[in-house]
Formats: sequence, C-alpha cells, structure tokens
Amino acid sequence: MIAMKATILPDAAIEGREDFIRTKGKQKSRLKCDADSIAGCVSQRACVYCGARVVLNPVTDAIHLVHGPIGCASYTWDIRGSLSSGSELYRFSFSTDLKEEDVIFGGEKKLARAIDELVLKYNPKLVFVYATCIVGVIGDDLEAVCKAAVRKHGIEVIPVQSSGFAGNKAAGYRAACDALLRLIGPVNRKETKKSKCINFLGDFNLAGEVWIISNYLRQMGIDVNVAFTGDSSCETLKTAARASLNIVQCAGSMIYLAEKMEEIYNIPYINVSFLGLEDAAESLRKIAGFFGDLKIIRKTELLIEKELIAFGGEVQSYREKLQGKKAAIYVGGGFKAISLVKQFREIGIDVVMIGTQTGRQEEYETINELVDEGTVILDDANPAELEKFMVEKGAHLLVGGVKERPLAYKLGIAFIDHNHDRKHPLSGFVGAVNFAREVYSTVCSPVWKYTTETWDLGR
Amino acid sequence: MDKETENCRNVNENPCNMCMPMGAILPFKGLERSMVIIHGSQGCSTYMRRHIAEHFNEPIDVASSSLNEKGIIYGGEANLKKGLDNLIKLYNPGLIGVLTTCLSETIGEDVERVTLEYLNERGQLGDLALVTVSTPGYGGTHTDGYSRAVQRIIARLAKNTKKHSRINVIVPNLSPADIREIKRIMHLFKIEFTLCPDFSDTLDRPFERPYKKIPEGGTRLTDIAKMSGASATIQMGITVDDSISPGRYLASEFGVPLYNLPVPMGLENTDLFINVLKKLTGDTVPESLEQERGRLLDCMIDSHKYNFQGRSVIFGEPENVYAIVKTCLENGIYPVVVATGSKSGKMTSLLKNELNDYRGEIQFLDEADFSQIREESIRMDANIAIGHSDGRFLTEREGIPLVRHGFPIHDRVGGQRLLSVGYVGTTMFLDRITNTLLENKYKSYRKSMYQKFYKSAENSGSVAAGLR
Repeated sequence: MIAMKATILPDAAIEGREDFIRTKGKQKSRLKCDADSIAGCVSQRACVYCGARVVLNPVTDAIHLVHGPIGCASYTWDIRGSLSSGSELYRFSFSTDLKEEDVIFGGEKKLARAIDELVLKYNPKLVFVYATCIVGVIGDDLEAVCKAAVRKHGIEVIPVQSSGFAGNKAAGYRAACDALLRLIGPVNRKETKKSKCINFLGDFNLAGEVWIISNYLRQMGIDVNVAFTGDSSCETLKTAARASLNIVQCAGSMIYLAEKMEEIYNIPYINVSFLGLEDAAESLRKIAGFFGDLKIIRKTELLIEKELIAFGGEVQSYREKLQGKKAAIYVGGGFKAISLVKQFREIGIDVVMIGTQTGRQEEYETINELVDEGTVILDDANPAELEKFMVEKGAHLLVGGVKERPLAYKLGIAFIDHNHDRKHPLSGFVGAVNFAREVYSTVCSPVWKYTTETWDLGR
Repeated sequence: MDKETENCRNVNENPCNMCMPMGAILPFKGLERSMVIIHGSQGCSTYMRRHIAEHFNEPIDVASSSLNEKGIIYGGEANLKKGLDNLIKLYNPGLIGVLTTCLSETIGEDVERVTLEYLNERGQLGDLALVTVSTPGYGGTHTDGYSRAVQRIIARLAKNTKKHSRINVIVPNLSPADIREIKRIMHLFKIEFTLCPDFSDTLDRPFERPYKKIPEGGTRLTDIAKMSGASATIQMGITVDDSISPGRYLASEFGVPLYNLPVPMGLENTDLFINVLKKLTGDTVPESLEQERGRLLDCMIDSHKYNFQGRSVIFGEPENVYAIVKTCLENGIYPVVVATGSKSGKMTSLLKNELNDYRGEIQFLDEADFSQIREESIRMDANIAIGHSDGRFLTEREGIPLVRHGFPIHDRVGGQRLLSVGYVGTTMFLDRITNTLLENKYKSYRKSMYQKFYKSAENSGSVAAGLR
C-alpha cells in the first residue's frame, strides 16, 4: 500500500484536542480522557441513552420502553447480536413516540398508559423505561410513573436515567448499572459464599459468547449464576447476590456494578478477558486460582491444554501469514482495546494507533505500557484524526464499528468488525481462531491488489 | 384493542419511521461541498451517521454541537458557534446545514438568529452559506425532514435571476442508482437541468485516491441559485404537503411552472415523466427509450401469471409506497397491506382515487408501526413484502419474503445500487419481485402438493404426523 498517496493530510488541529492525543515516548503528560466531546469535531461517540441501552438490551424477557420521540427507539431496534436461550421480547423496540403536544403538556400520562398497554399485551415481569433528552428537559417524573405502575401491576418497572445530554456514553453505563442494582434482591450470603457459583459481568452474549465461556467454566466445575447482561432474565438477575465471585470482562460498562455489589453484598470481583488465546487461558487460571481448589485448578489446566491443541495451531498458521502487518484500533471501551493489543501480538501484528470512545485513565495507562514506542494513543477521536494517523502510521487494518468501516475501506485499509452487531464469536479459544481468520480474510484479500494498481498499467 | 386506543396509540412497537433530522441530513449530502451540524446532544448525530453509513456503505461525517447540561441551562449558542468553527476548520465546506433536534427546539434555541450572528461575528468566511432547518424529532418523520431541508436549501440559495431554459428536477429519497437513471433519461432528451438534491455521486462514491473528506459531486450551489429562473420544475413528490413542497415554493415565489409527478416507477408513472419531458422539449421520444419501454412491456407479459400470485404488503416513505403500489397494480401483484410510518398525507387519498375499479380489499395503515403491519399482513394473507430492511421480522417471524427497497437497508449490501426507476429500473424491480415469488413457490410446492393431495387422501383427511 502506498500510504502517502492515500490521502491529503489535513492541517487542522482543533484547539483542545491535542490533550487527548499522545504518541508513546514523545510526551510526558498524561492523556486526557472521560471528558465532554468538543463541539463540531465529529466525535464517534453516542450518548447517555446509547450507553444504557447497549448494556440493558440483552435482558431477554424485559420490555425495553423508550420514553421519548421515535428516533431514539428507531435507531436502536434489534441492532445488537446478543442471543437468547429463552424470551425474544428484548428484540422489540417500544417507544412512547412523543409528539409536539406531549412535549408541551408532559408525557407522564402517555407513559403510564403505554406501560398499561404493554403489560396487557405481553404480560412481562420487567419493564425498563429509558429517559431520553426530551424527558430530562420537560421534567417528566419517571420515578413516580414507574412506582405507580409497580403498584398497579405488581411487576418490576425500572426507570433508567439516561437523558442523552447528561454526560457521555459512560454515564449511560452507570445509569444501566443503577437500574440493574434495583433488581438484585438480598439473599442469605452465609450460605452462598461457599458456593462455586459466579456472575459474569460485562458480556452481552454476542454470537453466543456467554455460552462459550459458561461451558469452559462448567468443565472446570464452576457454575455461572447469571451474566450481565447476555442471555439474562428478570428472574436470574434477581438472584445475582447468590454468587461468591464476580468476574468482570467489559470493565468500562460494568466495573461500577462490580464495585457496588462488593460494597452492598460483599461479593469480590476480578477482571478477566476472554479475547485471544493468552487472555482466555490466563483469565480461566485466575478464576480457578481464586477458588484455590486443586481439583478445579487441575481441570482448568486440562481444559486449556485441550483447547490450545484444538485451536492454537490454526492461530499459529495465520500468524505466519500476517507477521509484520500493522493495526489501528478504535473501539468503544478500554478493555477491548487492551485485549486487542495482546491478541494482535499473538498473530504477529503490531498496533500503531489505538483509541477508544470512553476509555478510563487506568485503562489508558495499561495501553501505554503495552504498546511500542511511537504508537499513537487517542481518546474520543474523529474521522479526520483516524484518517491522519492511520495513513501516517501506515496501518494495514483498522478494528472498529459500523461508522469506521467505510472510512477504512475508502482509504484502502482492511477492517475488522468488533462491534455489537457481529454474527460470529470472538471470545474464548474458538473466538481467537475466528479473529485470526477474520484478520486474514480482510488483510490478505485479493481485492487490495487492485486498489494499489492503476488500470492503465494493467496486470 | 378497542377502537379508541387504536386511534390514539400510546406505544409505537417496532418503528416504521425515523425522525426529522435524520431525513434532513440526506439532501445536504447531495449538495456540492456541503456539511451538516446537528444542534443537540452528541448521540443524535452518531446514531444517524451509523444508520446512513450502514445503508450506503460510505463514510458519513456529520458534526454535533454536543450539547450537555451546561448548554441546556445557559443555552447552546456557544456550543453551536464553536461547533461551526471546528467544522469549518476540519472540512472547509461551502455550505453547512444546521439542523435542530428535540433538545434544542425544546430549550428554545433560535438557530436562525445564532447563525446570522455567527456570520457577522466571524466576518471573513467568504461565500459560506449556512442553511438552518427546524427539525424537532417529535415534529414529524424523516420524510418530512427531507422535504423541509430541500425547501429550506432552495429558499436560502435561490436568487432572483434571469429566466433561462434549464429545468429543475427535485427528487425524493431515492437510491443513488435511481438518481443516476433519472439523469441519464434527461440526457437522452438533451435537456439541461439542475437536479436537487443529487447524492448519486456523493453517497455512492467510486473507490479513488486520494480520499476526500467531502466527496466530489452534489448539486452545485450556483445552479441552485438559478433554480428560480428555470423554465419548469419537475418534482417527484405528489404526496408532499404543499407547505413543505420545494416545487410549490419555486412556483409561488418565482413563478416557475411546476410539474408535480410521482416517482417514475412502473409503466404509467414513467410514461407521465417521459410525456412531460416530451412536452417541455417538443421532441419525440428517443428510440432507445422506446426500446426500453418495449422491453419492460415484454417483461410484464412474461411474468404476469407469476405476478398474479403475489399478495403484497408494502411499507416505507409515502412517495415510494405510492410508486410501488402503482407498479404492483399494473402487474396484478395485489397490494393487500399498504403502510407508512409517516402521516400518509395525500398518499392514501391519491391511491384511493386510482382504485375506483379495483375490487380487492386493501388495508391502509397510516402512521403505522411494524406490530400493526405484521398483524395486518397475517390477517390479509400477504405472501410478499416490499420495503426497507426493518421489515425483516415479517420474514423471520411470519415467513413472508422481503424484497428490499428504499431506505434503510442494513442487512444486505447494495441499497445504494438498487435501480427501480424508469423503464429499465422498473424491469429490474419487477424481476426482483417475480423471482422472489417464484423462489418462495419452488421452495415448498412439491411438499405442499404431496401433503394436500396424496397424504391427506391416504389418511382421509388426517394429517400424517411424520411429515410435519
């Protein structure tokens, strides 16, 4: 690829953005993050509501009712690849579809009637009511409407305080965690503490990933009580306090819940990641180590050995084809970014640019330790910056979501879909092979041969 | 559900429409060197970018004023001005669309005043045009947003100008391939024209280097300025309300004669378009077009018996739905459910006028959601769905195959390349319909005939359990 010809580099540094961009080894000061997006920069971030909806949507038997104008419900209808072993109700998108007169006179009555209507039609155990921008401004009292609905119908009706403007996507994660906390009921901790039963926080069962990891844990002699929130239900979420340990994968969205559960229910937590062979094995060992049971530890080693025999070779074979390629990463949260650096290393690829929408300070510090000198690290980037650094650094591929994909392709760069929409698992040992295969399929595609040649030169 | 709650629904279940600013982004993407900023919270622009990017498979850059709590309390003016500064720095556009949202409208932002003030304050911005459009999400659907934006663009840019012989063409939310086809037909008649908005190049860009942040193409702003002096306007927008109709605006403000036509899809609708071109040019129809018409007729004859088996559910934006229904009627593909997520406005009454001789039952659904569309499709025994990809549950849950058409198409590639207008496009559209009907029939007819006539006779009426 002839990087220099791929683009006209802009000379348009936006005031204030320089604090959010670091080149490892060049600047001493810390990268700025977890701040408001700068107006007009074309940030790739979404809003508070988005953060809340992403986290809660996999709760399978809940009615997800968006209190607001139609757009918010329209853009989030069944766009996630979370799978269910039971109810499919979560794949519907319900909206109070507020109109001008509702905005003027208030939407509380309409919301109450909407809940009545839905309870009558679907007989749900749980309704999440999401606040949108407009609700925060017109001052509808979601709490009161939900409380009245609980009294009337005897089910769980939980408000999610996710007005779009009240912070960024990360604030939405917290709003979702607060909603989940209200569901969790108290249990007799003395009895449950000794159990080999854990909660799996921060996995959304995309393409069955919760099932893959639960199978591993079962083979080790550990049961997953409930996952937050992949393939979860009202009943299973309520029992969360039964677990003796919380394992946290997507820390950006779930560390807050883990901390709260430790505080309230005294459940300890550990961070894990099942992305890539190395992280998957290490995380399983960490969990086994927590219980300190020799039988579990032995079973874990057997499992890892078996899985590495089954999948390690294939990953290695891709490594031979991919060695020396350069990757750029731009994803939602820090956990994914960190795991990806290691996962790319497994297949011989160096990361030359890495950024997230909502990474936290400690995650960026980990990233800084992991990456090579000269790697560009950036928070809340925009297309102009992604373009500039990918081209400057000569990246061969980008990992990102739907919005980033066409940019990569137009630049003639390969692309990995690492978003909630994907249809194949990237988690666990089997996921590591899928990942390597996907990287190979895009980096080594014959199509790039034609993008670097001009037609008049012929083949 | 009783009648009363049905008329005044409290819940929209699986929406069949999007919000106003979303629709308003699209026309701005069809102008030369144009960008958009959405005055609202960060999420609006991101969701819409994602929605549009996934359909067109193109980078969709839309800025946001990123309103936060401070902006809500003290007003969002500073955010909007800073947003404009940064957007200009990053993209150097010739025009910026400034769209409002639920949020900015509710807190009472006067974007028209702010943008005027901005231009005065900043001074040296050359010819930069700022076009504000009021698009509160609660005020209408994406279809309304689209028309409003086109009207505002023309109202802002069109200047009093000398009369000239060019013809204005105003198109609704069609695919880039459709827009290219309309342009091709105009070229066949050797007509000089200004087509607005023209996203045929900008939202379906060829792979090329170097990459440009704002793609080349789009209606030239200088051409829009002269739309006021055109000899006629052809607007494909018979369902558009007069108050937001760009063609009406040009007629009433500048006296440009308006030919308000349906989308040229189907034989009759395309004939209408061609006849207007004939009339405007005084020319005969180019021979190649005659041949295309003949081929379409040939296709219609070849497929008519297969098409006759279609019972269609049609949904989407009113203008497109009208054109599809007309095309289906011409071909004996009975429309049994006709739905739009918008207020249908003139669509339903226009269609009902067309249906005087039609004997079949048609269920019209206004401001519909997909729960209603699904229920009616089952009740009316529909066997083919035509519309955007949000209708996919009709296939997943009810086994009704979906021929994807319109916007958005998220679960298949090539929405931007779907050609459905003109004689050629209609032919291709019909083939997609007919082949879907055929595929669905072949999938099961051996089994179903066996069940119906062999197995049930053998068991004298009782269904053989083993074959279910």
